[in-house]
Amino acid sequence: MNLLSQTVRLVEEGGAAPVVSPDTGAGGVFDLLWLVIALPLLGAFLLLAVAPFLQGSLKAAADKHGHLVGTAMSTLSFVLSLVLFVALLGRGAEERQIGQHLWTWFETGSLSVGMDLLYDQLAALFLLLITGVGSLIHVYAIGYMEHDERRRRFFGYLNLFVAAMLTLILSANFVGLFLGWEGVGLASYLLIGFWQHKPSAAAAAKKAFVINRVGDIGLSLAIALMFATFGTADFAGVSERAGDASQDTLTALGLLLLLGACGKSAQVPLQAWLLDAMEGPTPVSALIHAATMVTAGVYLVVRANFIFELAPIAQTAVVVVATVTLLWGAVLGCAKDDIKKALAGSTMSQIGYMMLAAGLGPVGYPFAIFHLLTHGFFKANMFLGAGSVMHGMNDDVDMRHYGGLNKAMPVTFLTFAMGYLAIIGFPGFSGFWSKDRIIETALADNLVVGLLAVLGAGITAFYMTRLMLMTFLTEKRWAKDVHPHESPKVMTVPLMVLAALSVLGGVLLLGDWIVTWLEPVTGHAEHHEPPLPALVITLIITAVVAIGVATAWFLVGKRDVPREAPQEVSFATRAARADLYGDAINDAVVVRPGASLVGGLATFDRVGVDGVVEGGSAGIGGLSTTMRRLQNGFVRSYALSVLAGALLVVLALLAVNFA
Amino acid sequence: MTQYVVLSAILFTIGCVGVLTRRNALVVFMCVELMLNACNLAFVAFARQHGNLDGQITAFFVMVVAAAEVVIGLAIIMTIFRTRRSASVDDASLLKY
Repeated sequence: MNLLSQTVRLVEEGGAAPVVSPDTGAGGVFDLLWLVIALPLLGAFLLLAVAPFLQGSLKAAADKHGHLVGTAMSTLSFVLSLVLFVALLGRGAEERQIGQHLWTWFETGSLSVGMDLLYDQLAALFLLLITGVGSLIHVYAIGYMEHDERRRRFFGYLNLFVAAMLTLILSANFVGLFLGWEGVGLASYLLIGFWQHKPSAAAAAKKAFVINRVGDIGLSLAIALMFATFGTADFAGVSERAGDASQDTLTALGLLLLLGACGKSAQVPLQAWLLDAMEGPTPVSALIHAATMVTAGVYLVVRANFIFELAPIAQTAVVVVATVTLLWGAVLGCAKDDIKKALAGSTMSQIGYMMLAAGLGPVGYPFAIFHLLTHGFFKANMFLGAGSVMHGMNDDVDMRHYGGLNKAMPVTFLTFAMGYLAIIGFPGFSGFWSKDRIIETALADNLVVGLLAVLGAGITAFYMTRLMLMTFLTEKRWAKDVHPHESPKVMTVPLMVLAALSVLGGVLLLGDWIVTWLEPVTGHAEHHEPPLPALVITLIITAVVAIGVATAWFLVGKRDVPREAPQEVSFATRAARADLYGDAINDAVVVRPGASLVGGLATFDRVGVDGVVEGGSAGIGGLSTTMRRLQNGFVRSYALSVLAGALLVVLALLAVNFA
Repeated sequence: MTQYVVLSAILFTIGCVGVLTRRNALVVFMCVELMLNACNLAFVAFARQHGNLDGQITAFFVMVVAAAEVVIGLAIIMTIFRTRRSASVDDASLLKY
């Protein structure tokens, strides 16, 4: 009865979030769902836990061929994901939520958390992205890491990451999601610091780990709050009972989840780690810090739509954070000379777009996921392209030392150009469709946010054109001993595949396929009418993009690019080069107060606590040093002491008797 | 009665001053004996006054203890004298801080 009235209320409000109710034990090929996670996990186990204990020639073989195991596991997982996806396509829209109960993880009192998997439309898309792009990057890394003597370990970490990310996506409750969440955090830490002999890499790994912990506090508190409020952390249970919770609880839940998403997805104010994370090997930047892990925050918001739908304040917070981040990241991208950092700024900005769409509710969710997928393609493509360039330039990352590489590396140039056209939103390319729809939706929802998103698109066009010009076109500015060459096939083939996906990713939108596909997960929403016809908006966006490109052409392409970064620059440039003072703010707000607090406590401990203890003992020691002088060896002085003592006793007795 | 106690006090004071002022170990020793016997005199006097034997028995105990003490004390003094050729208590002051 209660449930029924609940449903009615939601329907009346018009924004009913769908209830997750997996159909357990679906049978057939779906029984193999657990294998998707188990395969890369097995790979990681073999490469990290078994191989180091092998002896002699076996160990040599493991070191020599370990990467093949890692790649095979990832690829098998991709094939299985593909099979599952096809099987899911074959089912009716109502039967596309498949649950699999593996085992009961822990149970105490009425609380029970199972190792449950949930395979639905949303998870299916993520599975394809993670294993697909992941496998391509595995292949690429075979070439990229060829001369690294710890290649086996690298592939072990990569497999560990894939397994953790799949756990995050496939889990049917927030606790399992948290397990994957921490797993990808660990893999990210290990891989950023893979070249830990470089102090900067070790520091960047630590920074990423610590900032992610801040976000994780949000997620873990949200889970605790769910247990307290709903008695469960299953998606099914929470989505069913979310309507019963008070508004304050839901708002708190939404904000806590947003905090978690900010940490993992490098959204303001927890954005500072992403640019430093580029210290890791480039395949890692492509897989973890561009295509998959950093988008986990977007997944979290979309997955928890049943909470955000009922918490408008939290939704607004998501939009605000997203808008700030998309501009913040874009500004960073304009000023960086390090090709990977420029791309990282762009990643932040693009995730801002996804978060923005996710904050707009059911209208936006499908576009958030759509942009996530296309971004996964073109950003992985460009990161791998950047890796290919670095490979040819002796690992130099400064774009001021590049120039004219289009002749030297034609394949890299062409594939990179596809990614470039996709990200700036050149008509017809994948990014055009996804970004366009997000901006349209944002404009319909809120004019200011929408206009800022249009501005962001213009800045994106500017910095990407600048990157493109500085790297591939313009005059050669190479160092003397550098001889750029095209990368081997094992690296260029993944580039070509990703370039094709960057171009063609837009097909997912054909006939609004992705919207219809995701509707059972994200809920149906009537489209608001945008203030202008869609075609006009598209034309305006394209015009703004064209202005961005033209600006870059006049400021960078038509001028000589100096080999050294000019120091006489405007305040804005200096601020952007310093990450818009993100580190300085963290330093002033968190690090320094924390350090002074700890310093104060240490001083109190040293002066106060230690002072009392050590002062006491020193006092006793000094007193006894004085007292021992009485032991002077003269018998007669002892006798005098005895007499004095005896007299004292007698006097005391007399005093007692006569008093 | 008062005379006994006064005599005892005088003897005790003489012994006490002797112990504190004399350096010769034998003299100090004799002064200690004097103090002990002054105490004995007081015990016996008070026993007589109270009309019971407690004080007298205690005096016997003191004598026994004093005899035992003399044996050990004289032995120590002799040993010290043999090694140092001196019986001054101030010379034997090595055992100190």
